Amino acid sequence: MMRLVKPGDWIVILLSVFFVGWLFAKFWHAGGATKVLIRKGGEVYGEFNLDRDRKIEVQGPLGVSLVVISKGAARVMKDPGPRQYCVRQGWLKHAGDAAICLPNQVSVELMGGRKRYDSLNY
Amino acid sequence: MIRSTIEVSANAEDHHVAKMASLAIGLSFVDAAIPLPIPGIKPGFANIVVLIVLERYGFKTAAWVAILRVFAGSLLFGSFLSPGFFLSFCGAICSLFALFFSKALPGSYFGAVSKSVLAAFAHIAGQLMLAYFWLIPHAGLFSLSPFFASAALLFGTVNGLVAAHFLESEKVEDVPPVPIQ
Repeated sequence: MMRLVKPGDWIVILLSVFFVGWLFAKFWHAGGATKVLIRKGGEVYGEFNLDRDRKIEVQGPLGVSLVVISKGAARVMKDPGPRQYCVRQGWLKHAGDAAICLPNQVSVELMGGRKRYDSLNY
Repeated sequence: MIRSTIEVSANAEDHHVAKMASLAIGLSFVDAAIPLPIPGIKPGFANIVVLIVLERYGFKTAAWVAILRVFAGSLLFGSFLSPGFFLSFCGAICSLFALFFSKALPGSYFGAVSKSVLAAFAHIAGQLMLAYFWLIPHAGLFSLSPFFASAALLFGTVNGLVAAHFLESEKVEDVPPVPIQ
């Protein structure tokens, strides 16, 4: 066994193991988000696929909220609300992640295989 | 009997390549007979032959064996010119590239196992690329890449070990380099 595997072979195998690990971390998202659900005033405004990059403008009572889908993630890019909480939420990547623009009554939620908890109580 | 008007003369080296290729084809039948959970994952035992040929007879002969194996194998399986054939052909070409460049690795530190693992990764990378650009242009295809890469690592190592074992035992017996009948 030792004769068959030379020192460089061990290095190649080790690097390959790291490479495979990296691939798993990068490409395999079990329960990853697949869809974006946008609500306006409590009603479903639309469901959009996360695969395709696009921009969605949602008209609310204060003005237009701009939702951007890019590279499998989504975020609120622009919102007329005063405190900008939903914009500062940043990119949403996992199923169950949400950004809510309360003043403009627009919410963005990622849907997918497995939803993470959105609240726990005891 | 009418004599054929086409004369194809085969020299000893051609016979040798043909023999090795037929061995490789035999081993691809072994591949096909082993059931595996995910379609597209195969042990690729035929590459053991390619690795041994590469080590003992050089790159050119190994390339002949690998490509003949894909063509003749696909004719036997009935998959000639099917998508599967092109995937397998593309994989073979990519792994030959990897083997060609792996010659640059110093032989005293890197053996058949390194070459086998590198070729296996090149094989799967080539297949995924072809599948992506030609068959399924959807990024979701790459979510499968960790599984394909794991299989490449596992079977690449196993095939490399088997090839290294044969190369080692041949050295001990000191067989003449080119057995010609």
